[in-house]
Amino acid sequence: MAITRDQVVHVARLARLDLSEEELARLTGELGAILDAVSKVSELDLADVPPTSHPLDLANVWDEDVPHDALPLDDVLRNAPSAESGMFKVPPTV
Amino acid sequence: MSAVVDTLRLTAEDALGLVDRGEVSPAELHAAYLQAIDEHDGELHAYLRTVEEAEGTSIPIALKDVISTKGVETTAGSRILSGYVPVFDSTVAARCKEAGLTLLGKTNTDEFAMGSSTENSAFGPSRNPWDPTRVPGGSGGGTAAAVSGGLAPWGLGSDTGGSIKQPSALCGNVGLRPTYGTVSRYGIVAFASSLDQVGPVAKTVRDVALLYGMVSGRDPADSTTVEVDEPVRLPTDERLDGLRIGVPRQAVALEAIEPGVREAFEATIGLAEELGADVGECDLPLSFDYGMPCYYLIAPAEASSNLARYDGVRYGLREDAETYRGMVERTRDAGFGDEPKRRIMLGTYALSAGYYDAYYGQAQRVRTLIVREHAAAFETFDVLATPTSPTVAFALGDKAADPLAMYACDLLTIPSCLAGLPGLSVPCGFSEGLPVGLQLIGPQFGENVLFRAGHALERALDLDLVPERLR
Amino acid sequence: MSWEPVIGLEIHVQLKTRTKMFCRCPVGFGAPENTQTCPVCLGFPGALPVPNRTAIEWVVKLGLALGCQIAPRAVFARKNYFYPDLPKGYQISQYDLPSCTNGNVIVPLPDGEHAVGIVRAHLEEDAAKNTHVGGRSGRIGGADYTLVDYNRGGTPLVEIVTEPDIHSAEEAKRFLQLLRQTIVELGISDAEMEKGTLRVDANVSVRPEGSNELRTRTEIKNMNSFSHIARGIEAEVERQVALWESGGKVEQHTYDFDVATGILTARREKEEADDYRYFPEPDLVPVEPPPELVDRMRAELPELPAERIRRIAETLDHERALVLVTGGLDALWHETVAAGADGMAASNVIANQLVGAGVDPASVSAAELAKLVGARERIPRKVFDEAIGKVGDAGFAAEPYLAQEAVSDAGALEPIVDAVLAANPAQVEQYRAGKDGLLGFFVGQVMKETRGQADARAVNELVRAKLGSR
Repeated sequence: MAITRDQVVHVARLARLDLSEEELARLTGELGAILDAVSKVSELDLADVPPTSHPLDLANVWDEDVPHDALPLDDVLRNAPSAESGMFKVPPTV
Repeated sequence: MSAVVDTLRLTAEDALGLVDRGEVSPAELHAAYLQAIDEHDGELHAYLRTVEEAEGTSIPIALKDVISTKGVETTAGSRILSGYVPVFDSTVAARCKEAGLTLLGKTNTDEFAMGSSTENSAFGPSRNPWDPTRVPGGSGGGTAAAVSGGLAPWGLGSDTGGSIKQPSALCGNVGLRPTYGTVSRYGIVAFASSLDQVGPVAKTVRDVALLYGMVSGRDPADSTTVEVDEPVRLPTDERLDGLRIGVPRQAVALEAIEPGVREAFEATIGLAEELGADVGECDLPLSFDYGMPCYYLIAPAEASSNLARYDGVRYGLREDAETYRGMVERTRDAGFGDEPKRRIMLGTYALSAGYYDAYYGQAQRVRTLIVREHAAAFETFDVLATPTSPTVAFALGDKAADPLAMYACDLLTIPSCLAGLPGLSVPCGFSEGLPVGLQLIGPQFGENVLFRAGHALERALDLDLVPERLR
Repeated sequence: MSWEPVIGLEIHVQLKTRTKMFCRCPVGFGAPENTQTCPVCLGFPGALPVPNRTAIEWVVKLGLALGCQIAPRAVFARKNYFYPDLPKGYQISQYDLPSCTNGNVIVPLPDGEHAVGIVRAHLEEDAAKNTHVGGRSGRIGGADYTLVDYNRGGTPLVEIVTEPDIHSAEEAKRFLQLLRQTIVELGISDAEMEKGTLRVDANVSVRPEGSNELRTRTEIKNMNSFSHIARGIEAEVERQVALWESGGKVEQHTYDFDVATGILTARREKEEADDYRYFPEPDLVPVEPPPELVDRMRAELPELPAERIRRIAETLDHERALVLVTGGLDALWHETVAAGADGMAASNVIANQLVGAGVDPASVSAAELAKLVGARERIPRKVFDEAIGKVGDAGFAAEPYLAQEAVSDAGALEPIVDAVLAANPAQVEQYRAGKDGLLGFFVGQVMKETRGQADARAVNELVRAKLGSR
């Protein structure tokens, strides 16, 4: 189950990874081999088998609508790479 | 001080006794371990950082660096979190504090807990205390190396596909992957949410049981946790009468299992019988065949989403760019190592339009079959037993270039992880002078059965678990 | 060729719970930036979501009000994409298994009732707030940088999706009025478009009248009021019809509508199509609403607006019924009628004068209002207006106002009527020539002269008599 370079480029875009040419080439090969191995799951006919999202059979876990203390602003921004006026600063979106 | 505190041999129970009886103060104990770290960690690189101040009234503990510790840097072994200092404690770290345990330091890990050797850590690999040219296992190689290397009495790790059990096997100590949902994941840097569990690593089964008791139990901050109904029973029984042990045919048939590992495993199964256990064979036809492919679809898929938050906006590494998108892409490319990139790519692909049904969707169905197979086996048996790892510790660099070869290290640990079941690795012998681990798998909430079985074997085997070269 | 608009609406309702959807940070306006946040809504490593019970109950309540089936098992899902206002890199929403499905809302229209299908209603968390700084102010293009405030991030939202069952801009507006009224009466949201607690996007296509096909549709976003939406829909329908009729093809785009200029502007094409890679949220467990919860929510439902419009329309007409109910005035109307007032008159007074005077219907004594309504024709207009202005005051009594009779004595009025007619010979000519509408003019002039004290009806009769047969 090879994966094409174009597909790898597309996936890298979705995942927001700015891969180098070298990485793209290498990953195309590696992912192809891994996909080959994991595609094994499609050998099984599982039309009647429900999927498992959780190993535990839990439902209805929730919390009362009662406020907790918010984080102090200092803590919020403590690890911020860039901040201004109490907000996180990032380059423009366009 | 070192006469009283032989960090290589001291169990957590011993240490607790010393402190209880006032023979050693928490500060002195903490200092003793720091000294040992100072002397030996240059070689082992089990720790990424240590904590000087002994804040606590009890014994020290090492925490894998995926466990958020307030005020103490937490990197998950990644450049992208280098310098990140959490402003909150994970629930397990808070519970350790409440129990009076002093934080000794944060141990090395494969980046984002992805790996089986700790070679994927962005900060250099850890080394096996039995043979420093070999890996300690992964992803929790740091904790395991610390415990067996006399650099911590015990520690907490995290297990997704075997990251606690396999390093314990390779380093010769005891590691528990608990039943999914019994230990809080709040504050644990997430890898695969439906698989991650935090668990104890220590020298003895009793130590592991003790630590499990301290950190387990429902956490309102983690919606996937439940109360542990049955209290932890510290094991004392040295016989195994009445215990039904099932050995999955398909597991032991795996060619990947080294002869030395197989020998030690079979000898221990024989010993179990002598101790009164009923040993039989069981069939898990699909679990060991399809477990790996299933896991390597589900885990990367969840990981690809969990790792999306590392974007340079609010914490961690940021690489500048003209646009937001450029900043995000460059940050992630610079900050993530090869293995996270591989898994992010794989996971993104498995979830993407047109591929979801064949990959992620199908894997979730395979997972149901694996759950059912294990449940069926537990109708006849109390525990299942397999070797933990197909091999003993391998040389650094041996598998690093071959992702699939590295993934194969988890062949035996993965299936029960998918089923959310608890697994305990206990040392069961040696091969070529290196430790071999036995994996005991229990039914949901079956920790006490595991402790019972593990303890009896431990006592009967009476192995010297201090690495020969350090004695 | 006759064309039929085919419209579907996507509505986001911000719930007025005390805390966020997946953490217990307080929700509310006006707090300084990033002071209503925690590791969960900031997406810090290791943080985990915990659902808000009230939000879960309220989506059930809303689903019941919209005639939906309440899913026995609803599953949260991750919607994955990257944007600065999305801290986790995914939004927790619902996908395959939403909380509510298959509902319908009956929209009473002048020509009968029309059912608008509700495909689904589901829970999700709101995004944070981006502020673009530099460049042309307020516009994204040319910004120097972006600042992010996570206070709003994580606020509970319900997304409602309708079937493409709406066939005119007017119907869309009525549907939205009805929907908004319902939501407000359930007590789950203030649902105000100006404040962003109600947001609406429209999906618009057209098809030949009578056909069943579904042609390519476009999306219009960022509209700030129901009128705005109606006009945007009209403009887009017009554009599409023109395109089809000239042999062109409608392409799928997203538009912004500028209500001032009436211009639709297509948004920039994204570099690649969105692939949200939805999958069930592994950090959350399913919601399986216990029968007790559903029953309790059902019991809390008020009589819904559509029902009430239907009932009132039997006495009045449809239009008045709609105005009363969507204005939250029907309870007062019922009480006022029960206290003896004429239905039509009460409706006019409440919907026009009362609302115009800014009186809060909830503060009005229906009995006193009924007295005023009854005396409307009899007492001077000025007195009536003053009374209406005060009818919401505590302890208001109509009595003093009723005492003032309007002057209807012909003897007192006649000279004034004569004076007005004499002062406006041109208009008298025109009236006699057939311009009946001028009657109102003359009456108005008399009312002005008498400073509102005259009885309008009496004046009317006098003027008619004076101007006589033609």
